Amino acid sequence: MEGNVINEIKLEFEAVSENEGLARVVIATFISALDITVDELEDVKTAVSEAVTNAIIHGYEEKGGTVVMSAVLKKDDSIGHLLTIEICDTGVGIEDVEKAMQPMFTTGSENERSGMGFSFMEAFMDRVTVTSSPNMGTMVHMEKQFKAYDARQ
Amino acid sequence: MGTKTQEYAIIDNYLCIKMPAEVDHHKASGIRECADQLILDDKVKNIVFDFEDTTFMDSSGLGIIIGRYRKISCFGGKVYAVNANERITRLLTTSGMTAIVQVV
Repeated sequence: MEGNVINEIKLEFEAVSENEGLARVVIATFISALDITVDELEDVKTAVSEAVTNAIIHGYEEKGGTVVMSAVLKKDDSIGHLLTIEICDTGVGIEDVEKAMQPMFTTGSENERSGMGFSFMEAFMDRVTVTSSPNMGTMVHMEKQFKAYDARQ
Repeated sequence: MGTKTQEYAIIDNYLCIKMPAEVDHHKASGIRECADQLILDDKVKNIVFDFEDTTFMDSSGLGIIIGRYRKISCFGGKVYAVNANERITRLLTTSGMTAIVQVV
């Protein structure tokens, strides 16, 4: 989608679980001025929560590191708004992204995860792409479009 | 950490867990530890997750339910979710969780 960038943020934070809530609050505030439904807002918060949790648990294996969340909001008068979110870590990376994104896939070591993280991201955002290389880190790129109010009718 | 005693109640052989406002990975470990301790100590058979106060849940919540289900299902125990709002009910339903948890 073409369109003008109307807002942009970049947030860097430590990979500790306390910051999962922080990331959700920040992204919710970032899009709060838009004319969106409560469900759309919750969709974005959930997707962000999943990606940040992945970075903390899998990327940094709960040993800490830096997570970067950046978000861009574009506006196109005819279509509405497009939100792009990128969540990056410089952790261990994912060897087989396709496999990791399959529903119910979890790394064998812990049976406390549902394996639904990427599935939730894909269900709640319009587009999710994951770029990763072992020992370099992982970038999750997500997009969601919010139709202009007139186009919703 | 969710260790306050009033958040966990044992009635007959049912363990009732009052879930926090936001159920995420940060809150998950506290809930897991408390629940598992009570399951071990008090011979709990069934578990009731009470979502009355919960406004947010991500897939970590599913992990909590799946993990507890694994602990009690081999002894014939059942897992229930009560007072879930529309969104959380939908999350549980569409993710196929209703195979192991009864949403009441």
